[in-house]
Amino acid sequence: MIPGYAGKFLEVNLTEKDFREIKLNDDVLRDYVGGRGLAAKILWDRLGRKWETVDPLGPENLLLFLTGPLTGFFPGGRICVSGKSPQSNGVVGSTVAGEFGVELKCAGYDGIIVTGTADEPVYVFIKDADIEIRSANHVWGMDAKQTVSALTKECRELLRTRYPHKGEWKEPSILYIGPAGENKVRTAVVAAKWTHAAGYGGYGAVMGAKKLKAIAVKGTSALPEVADMEKVKELIQAVCDNAYESELWRRWGTGSGGYEVGAKTSSEPVRNWQEEWHDEKSFGVDQFENRVWIKQYWGDFGCPTTCLKIAVVKTGKFKGAITDNPDYELQAYVGTNLGFFTPEENVYLASLVDDLGLCGIQTGNILGFAAELFQRGILTKEDLGGIELRWGDAEAFAALAKKIAYREGIGDILAEGTYRAALKLGKLKQLDLMQYAVQVKGISIGAHGIRSEKDYPEIYSYACSVQGGDHTSTACMPLDDFRSELMMSFNDSGVYCYFNVFGLPRTFVFDFYKAVTGIALTKEDWVSTKAMSILQLQRAMLLLGGPDMRWNPEIHDENPPRFYEPLPSGPFKGKTVDKELVKEEKRRYYELVGWDEKGIPKSDVLQKLGLDDVDKALEKIR
Amino acid sequence: MSEKHEAIWIARDLSKCSGCRKCEIACSLFHENRIWPEASRIRVFMLVPGVEFPHFCVQCEDYPCVDACPTNSLSINKETGAVIVDVNTCIGCGKCIDACPGKVPHMHPKENRILICDLCGGDPQCVKVCQEGLWNVLRIVPRGNNPYRLYARTPEEITRSLAVKIYGEEGEHLL
Repeated sequence: MIPGYAGKFLEVNLTEKDFREIKLNDDVLRDYVGGRGLAAKILWDRLGRKWETVDPLGPENLLLFLTGPLTGFFPGGRICVSGKSPQSNGVVGSTVAGEFGVELKCAGYDGIIVTGTADEPVYVFIKDADIEIRSANHVWGMDAKQTVSALTKECRELLRTRYPHKGEWKEPSILYIGPAGENKVRTAVVAAKWTHAAGYGGYGAVMGAKKLKAIAVKGTSALPEVADMEKVKELIQAVCDNAYESELWRRWGTGSGGYEVGAKTSSEPVRNWQEEWHDEKSFGVDQFENRVWIKQYWGDFGCPTTCLKIAVVKTGKFKGAITDNPDYELQAYVGTNLGFFTPEENVYLASLVDDLGLCGIQTGNILGFAAELFQRGILTKEDLGGIELRWGDAEAFAALAKKIAYREGIGDILAEGTYRAALKLGKLKQLDLMQYAVQVKGISIGAHGIRSEKDYPEIYSYACSVQGGDHTSTACMPLDDFRSELMMSFNDSGVYCYFNVFGLPRTFVFDFYKAVTGIALTKEDWVSTKAMSILQLQRAMLLLGGPDMRWNPEIHDENPPRFYEPLPSGPFKGKTVDKELVKEEKRRYYELVGWDEKGIPKSDVLQKLGLDDVDKALEKIR
Repeated sequence: MSEKHEAIWIARDLSKCSGCRKCEIACSLFHENRIWPEASRIRVFMLVPGVEFPHFCVQCEDYPCVDACPTNSLSINKETGAVIVDVNTCIGCGKCIDACPGKVPHMHPKENRILICDLCGGDPQCVKVCQEGLWNVLRIVPRGNNPYRLYARTPEEITRSLAVKIYGEEGEHLL
């Protein structure tokens, strides 16, 4: 057994209400590590042959909750959620912070593979090897805060009665969905605590389709043995010492982005990306710090940075609204993107999307899309069920967010996500609405624009990424650049928070991996073989797609049309992206990652990586 | 641990806790040489998100746990003031948990014996990591004649108060 791993996985079959322990071969773990990489491997092995026919929201889809060997050891605990994505119809490795991964490993499992669909709402309760599939009828319909309260109480009571005389039981760690997930909204999240979310990929909808409200886990063993504990301790200290130096992340988290990205680099979505700039004083992090942050440092297992902050609205009509930060992404997407420039409205809307179990980024994206259609007279008050969706009207946006979460009226179409909604509404209105959809391959673009070329993504980053618009996984050259998804996939496969990596040497995470697992791995080896295999698997499944969506790289390896419009304001006014240059860069990128001119992974490249079956499966689209 | 120490107390400012749980990691590494949250003598509870806090022995002035132990396995270290568990005689009966006003002691997850903070022999590791990260929830002060027992509250009691401090009126309904 490889050190750092618990050594087994839990497979839960919801149709049969049954579960079993399975083991994966050491070679598979060595090659695909965990989290995102392992998800791609498991999904390909189990569903690859019939990928195009698997409905992401059907019983055949798998839902994976995977740790990595570094989970719990590398400061900043996370867990990776994956499956066939109901957004991209490919595979997204979507990670969420919290103690779930640590509890799971302490319970003896490296991950959970959920198959089938329950006939009634259920949740899975795990206490070490004691597993139970329990009714969730009583919590179905509950929002985030209600769900966490009810299940925390119930699970602690279970622990108390089943394992008495142990002392006070600490709460188990819980992953769950809100109403949006239950209603299979494609922008629904898998949530932890109240505000933490695995958003990209839409796996909240997959949980909802499986009628799985939550998984609660309490593990009482130690984290697994590692190869070199003294070295691990030393490296943990090095991560912490580095993080303690960072005033930027510690003090403001990503919260200073509203100023940095909005005012300075001019790449923040404003009113559905019609602009990417706002005045430096309009949304500064000092206003959040001074007006709404009531806890300056909030974090998850082992984190030295604690970049999260707790915000509570203290005044006005949204008094009492609670959320974290909001982080930069939500400052942007349920802030500037909807025409808000004040912390109170921003906190209120962030709190609402948390409660409903919606992805703040992607729901903010679709709300902005709808508001622009309203601005242009394409969607009317009648279409919107009586809502006048004006920029900056928090109550109007809140009303529409609720319609989306419950799939009421127009919400039923918008619940399909920006890409699908643009297609459907376009058909209804007999208009091309894709020009207002700021997404790539069904996944909304993160709040980092490319027009000013001053932010971190390159002009081809989203177009070529195997995770579409996901700003945490961008295509970049050279392939070992820290922004490259080939490098980022190590964080999501080792499964820890990459915010604790900033400022450390690029090879540090591989040293950490060796101290935990005993396996020597160079950056070069990771990028050119292991990450490359993961990338090819993800690319293959993305292109195979189906059953309702199929991407053609010639059309869909492309930026949203909006990014070719000139910036109308700010320090980079007039700047736009050169379409020809994107084409050139795309060709260069294809060459580097071994894709042919049509964007399909080449035979010889796949065969060299030992992915002969992938090569064979791609024949039909060559 | 052979050094002579003055009796100390770990002063605590619970509302500042970031929930990072580095105290649990430091404690379990020190005592078990493993990262083992459930075997940590200091445990961070999160009955309400955002209302995390460390729960650990307060060294009551009257040490009710020591009196309650039927096998005399608990004693008070004269130098540090900590409660020391004799792992050879502790039978894991849980009488000390019942006697503790804060229900602080808890059973070792794999062995039939109780876990109580021993102040790491006078050099508490949890305080070090908490200070190092500048959260300063935990701080070492000299142990004087103070009402320490007041701090021995159950996780529910602490959560109920802290939730109100942090979330205001909303906090009343969150537990």
